[in-house]
Amino acid sequence: MEILGLLTDGIMTSLMPINILLILVGVTLGLFIGAMPGLGSVNGVAILLPITFLVPPGSAIIFLAAIYYGAMYGGAISSITLGIPGASTAVATTFDGRPLAMKGRASLALVTAALASFIGGTVSNVLFTVFAPLLAKVALIFGPPEIFALMLLAFATFVGLGGDDIPKTILSICLGLVFAAVGFDEISGAPRLVFFDIPGFLHGINFLVLAIGVYGIGEMIWTIESTRGEITTTEAKMTVKGIVNDSKEGMKRGWKGTAIGSFLGFFVGILPAAGATPGSLMSYGVTKLVAKRPEEFGKGHPGGVAAPEAANNSASTGAMLPMLTLGIPGSPTTAILLGGMVIWGLTPGPRLFTDQPDFVWGLIGSFYISNLFAVIVNLAFIPLFIWMLRMPFTVLAPLIFVLSVVGGYAATQDMHDVWLMLFFGFGAFFLRKLDYPLAPAVLAIVLGPIAEPTLRQSLLLSSGDATIFFTRPIAGPITIIAIILILLPLFKAIRDRSRKASEA
Amino acid sequence: MRLAEIVTAGVLALLSIYLMWKSTELNVGYIAGEGPGGGAWPFWLSGIMLICTIMIAINWYRQSSPPSRSTEPLLDGYGKRTLVLVGGGLLGFVGLTGIISMYGAMAVFLLYYLRFLGRHTWTLTLILSTAIPIGFFFFFEALMRITLPKGMKFTEPFFNILYSIIY
Repeated sequence: MEILGLLTDGIMTSLMPINILLILVGVTLGLFIGAMPGLGSVNGVAILLPITFLVPPGSAIIFLAAIYYGAMYGGAISSITLGIPGASTAVATTFDGRPLAMKGRASLALVTAALASFIGGTVSNVLFTVFAPLLAKVALIFGPPEIFALMLLAFATFVGLGGDDIPKTILSICLGLVFAAVGFDEISGAPRLVFFDIPGFLHGINFLVLAIGVYGIGEMIWTIESTRGEITTTEAKMTVKGIVNDSKEGMKRGWKGTAIGSFLGFFVGILPAAGATPGSLMSYGVTKLVAKRPEEFGKGHPGGVAAPEAANNSASTGAMLPMLTLGIPGSPTTAILLGGMVIWGLTPGPRLFTDQPDFVWGLIGSFYISNLFAVIVNLAFIPLFIWMLRMPFTVLAPLIFVLSVVGGYAATQDMHDVWLMLFFGFGAFFLRKLDYPLAPAVLAIVLGPIAEPTLRQSLLLSSGDATIFFTRPIAGPITIIAIILILLPLFKAIRDRSRKASEA
Repeated sequence: MRLAEIVTAGVLALLSIYLMWKSTELNVGYIAGEGPGGGAWPFWLSGIMLICTIMIAINWYRQSSPPSRSTEPLLDGYGKRTLVLVGGGLLGFVGLTGIISMYGAMAVFLLYYLRFLGRHTWTLTLILSTAIPIGFFFFFEALMRITLPKGMKFTEPFFNILYSIIY
């Protein structure tokens, strides 16, 4: 009952006129951003974060969460109509969405995606409401060793669960952490890693500079170079009667995928650093696995659209849970949201629920409202988005570059950071071409300022004895799980090698 | 791509060594009563980076990563042209900011991109490259109260006209 009361207060907070306006603008912007090839929620949140500094923190996070929600809905639009995922979270949507569009059933795919997203969002909101306070209470007993162990787990999840090249993933994490250490040493106050004595480095490297450089500049140049301007579009016709019929068909054939995506997505979303992309891919895989006719998947089955779409929405809410209760972001977007909260003077983590209940419950309330607004706005705007995606990429690309440069400057109002952002952008382009995963670096630059002090405090507590991370009841198991996850690729490699040897 | 893979690993190894050396400006060991020194965290992380670059080089030698097996060039003719034209345009955009203001540089960049890279009509180019910077000006200066760089003194009369609309 207490939860219901707090939730009602939260929903009332999010129904305040300013917040309703921000939600409406946020989900609409998010839909546009998510629908743009090359742009995802992470770009939207990174680029628009600097403009939230004029509203109170509660309203600012509601706005960014609404963008996040909208982008999750919007990602499916370009996946279905263009065959290009609007965001990495919508990659799996392409598998069946595009074939449906090619068959002239783009409307069925788009409506199924919207409804599955709504159901996924609603299920995850209920799970969030029930579990968040519980996790928050557990989180209160977390000290520096436990928090550092969690940071280690966040990085380990990226290494262990990521399918990418492991040395490159670890290098990316370490690079982000070293960049986070630039500026002043917090304990001694001495300047640290001031490269070539350039004064601009004294204020450190803002995570937005790296995030916009990687996603706004590097990814965009990569998209222009790799697509070679050959982007094809499909005609999608939308009528009211058609929407009703497609809703019925989408739900009838996609209910299993929606259910799997809603629950699996949420639990994968909670995992630190996992987020919506692996959540949506896993849900697609499981739905195909349990389907009566799995051979229909990949050829245009509504279930193949419903599963990843329900999952990426559900995971986007799930990823908020560890961010708010433990201070660990579940995805690059929540990593940027976390950075924003630090800038607004809020400390995400165990004490947030007790110190800032209005903020937290206002945000949770806004999830419900954002989800509702997002599905309405999505259905209403689908024809417009299709028209927008017909906009030549040669108009879209310069607009994104302009937003990136302006956003990079607005973050710190220092031209040094704009140059640095360009440098990161060009670097990211080359590293991207060579399969270096860059999301871990973005995650690490946000987590670095939490990881380093907690490590140093822990080692100070234990007089330099590193076993403190193994002997405490909460930190111990987390550290061991993290180490197992880090070593997982090594175990896999040994197993594969012995299997090959036995086959030979 | 194969050559680029090993060259990049080499550059990153050098960067790691530089970062390790730079970290030693502060204590990289354990100080009794104070905990790890200020340089310890970046020093050891850079050390891990160096180990990773060695592993990348081993994978390159064994040809076990996709780029190390690829016979394609890192950038073909189209890629080089794209990088020079788009990247050069961006460098020009940021470089011009100190001279003709961020709004002016934005207009020049949009004009360059839309007309010369996008090959759009002069009408569309001029409409977008004028309307977008003006829209940004009112959004940032009037609504957000964030001042973007105004460039050299000669731009003042233009901005005075726009400011007279706000105030």
